[in-house]
Amino acid sequence: MKNKLLLAMALASVSISNASAVDLNITFTNLTHGSHFTPLLFSAHDSDQHIFQISTTASQSLQAMAEGGNISGLAADLSAVNADITENPAAGLTAPGQSVSFEMTTQPTNTNLSVAAMILPTNDGFVGLDSLVIPGDAGTYTFYLNAYDAGTEANDEIVNGGGAPGTPGIPADPLGQNGASATGLANTENNSNVHIHRGVIGDTDATGGASDLDSRVHRWLNPVARLIIEVK
Amino acid sequence: MNKIVCNATLAGSMILSLAACDQSPMQEYSINISNVTHGQPLSPPVAMLHSKKTQLWKIGEQASEALEAMAEGGDGSGLLSTRPRNPQYQANAPLLPGESIEFTLEARTNKVKNLSIAGMLVNTNDAFSGLNSIELVDLKAGQSSVYYTYAYDAGTEFNSELNNTIPGPADNGEGFNAVRDDVTSVVTFHSGVVSADDNFTDSTLSGANKFDNPILRIEVTALEASTKK
Repeated sequence: MKNKLLLAMALASVSISNASAVDLNITFTNLTHGSHFTPLLFSAHDSDQHIFQISTTASQSLQAMAEGGNISGLAADLSAVNADITENPAAGLTAPGQSVSFEMTTQPTNTNLSVAAMILPTNDGFVGLDSLVIPGDAGTYTFYLNAYDAGTEANDEIVNGGGAPGTPGIPADPLGQNGASATGLANTENNSNVHIHRGVIGDTDATGGASDLDSRVHRWLNPVARLIIEVK
Repeated sequence: MNKIVCNATLAGSMILSLAACDQSPMQEYSINISNVTHGQPLSPPVAMLHSKKTQLWKIGEQASEALEAMAEGGDGSGLLSTRPRNPQYQANAPLLPGESIEFTLEARTNKVKNLSIAGMLVNTNDAFSGLNSIELVDLKAGQSSVYYTYAYDAGTEFNSELNNTIPGPADNGEGFNAVRDDVTSVVTFHSGVVSADDNFTDSTLSGANKFDNPILRIEVTALEASTKK
């Protein structure tokens, strides 16, 4: 009996010394009805880091993610500050309704979590989470994420393959529900800081009109994603 | 002591023993639902207490036919009939915008720990709202929880907004139809309605039917024993 007790204490002390690294089970769900997410980026970092902040100008790395789905710049920025990074856990696009689950192990100083992925089809819309404090107590926590506009490209809603930073237009609609030959909506971006996305306008004219997007298909209401974090 | 009583009963009658051995206390819940939309009546809402594993729908999975019937036609009885012996409630009239209803459900706390509620936004093709298997186990007698619900899309009917496709008063058209023709065929959140006032001239809906999240305010109160009627 005494030996058992000692063993239990020894095990307890081992687990405490290992408690410095935090293990997270993450489940992320695209809640939208007609929008895909490009490869997802998850990162745990210290509380000073941000991949974006509301009402500030987007970094070039954020712009590349929001306009073309390229997360390599953000990942490099985060690597440079010793962040824990999970790139592209869904191995490609996350379809409407689709979930992805994965584990993350975070260093003790990386107390905050950020998430980003481009919303397709948009000009520079993205689903984002800016520096959430990871809950310290073991348990399961649910968060809902909003859609943001990077403020770097006019929302012309023309699907033309344009995904490089600074190139107008929308790369593609993975759902294949876009039209063509639209004259285009906004040609200026009035708020050039990161802000809550005003949503897609769209129309129901597949061969013209102002937008190549379909107002019955490509709109969304916030929130656009669900994040479930299980802290072990 | 309880164990001895139960064993004695077991010897006499299996049916009696099940009732006598179930020492879990009854808990009554008061449920208040408010429709906080501008112009989306909710079809007569249905509510049920059930075990943790029951889920009336799942994001990313295809809707059951019972869910489709509720989301397209406003008839929630099929959802209730999947668990006919569970404590359940079905309103006898739609819940109009700006209005509230209140009802109670009661169950033994060891058997039914979760609550689901569902109703259609009737001026849509297949939008619904409600609560999906929320846990009541942490709600102590005398405590309340407030939930604000999202709009879901059943993924069973394209959001055409066309004449004779919407059962609510905006169209008085068709409700449930087993054909599934949506561009996304799984349950997701809803993207809202467009309406004729928003440049979709063929839409049978008007700006008055537009909505944003949240859709319902639901307050669940675990009643104290002394307050039971």
